[in-house]
Amino acid sequence: MSASHAAQIIDDSNNIQVDDIDRRLIMATQAGLPLVPRPFAFLADRLNLPEQDVIQRMQRLQDIGVIRRIGVVPNHYRLGYRANGMSVWNIPDDKVSEAGKKIGALPFVTHCYHRPRCLPDWPYNLFAMVHAKTHDEAMQLVDQIADLLKECDHGHDVLFSTQILKKTGLRLL
Amino acid sequence: MSMALTELDRKIINTYQGGVPICENPYAQMAQQLDIDETLLLERLAYMLDSGILSRFGPLYNIEKLGGAFCLAAMKVPSERYDAVVELVNGFQEVAHNYAREHKFNMWFVIATESRDSINDVAARIEKQCGSRVYLFPKLDEYFVELKLQA
Repeated sequence: MSASHAAQIIDDSNNIQVDDIDRRLIMATQAGLPLVPRPFAFLADRLNLPEQDVIQRMQRLQDIGVIRRIGVVPNHYRLGYRANGMSVWNIPDDKVSEAGKKIGALPFVTHCYHRPRCLPDWPYNLFAMVHAKTHDEAMQLVDQIADLLKECDHGHDVLFSTQILKKTGLRLL
Repeated sequence: MSMALTELDRKIINTYQGGVPICENPYAQMAQQLDIDETLLLERLAYMLDSGILSRFGPLYNIEKLGGAFCLAAMKVPSERYDAVVELVNGFQEVAHNYAREHKFNMWFVIATESRDSINDVAARIEKQCGSRVYLFPKLDEYFVELKLQA
């Protein structure tokens, strides 16, 4: 796909109603939830809002999917998951949704996306990140995915990362 | 790198990759479910954050829902120009993450901008500066459930 056409087909699930107070709350919590017994009261105090207002807004942000989840974000590498492979698959277009759901549910796959092919250089339309402790283990997991896909697998590859060249914090707002 | 991960730490990681309650005293509720003191839970979370076992604790935002556009991009960079291209690509503030990967497509990065049209503009500017084609792989659909790596 050429650069001029790609952006037109980016998913259009945006346009969520978030007001300025929500944005301040997001800014105040994107680095983490305060480690104090009443974290929302702590935030409320900083933002000059009632505690119940903060709690209701956080609940709403979670309900509408702006917050994916609240919890720990482990450092994969520090947990021993040092072989991170981006497995990429060529799946018939009419099977990609079914295949994606199956692969996304596997315990060792953290992200699974349908993306466009870039023919003729890039025939793959399904991307699944596989995390394992060793390179060999990662390749075994990829074999498991291939077994699961059977005849839907029209070719695949695995791209291992060799270096993080840049990783900036997400600029939310 | 050495690290001390106790059984309790593992249990915290495996139990709370999501599902922290939104209420006045979330840590007390979590501690009750883990059958430990709230103080101990707060101590272990602080320890795991300080030691880098956790990169974060708190809400994980789906920034795409807040507007803005994101797109995975890749380039095939000749090895003799790789370091120079890294510097050029990383110099774009719109480039959020950039990874070297073992493949003909050897550089993979995420372009994050305010609007969808800007994705194309940034890609075109990167192409021009680097002299390599930028392939764009926008997300069409996503299937992952959640993070679920076991500690």
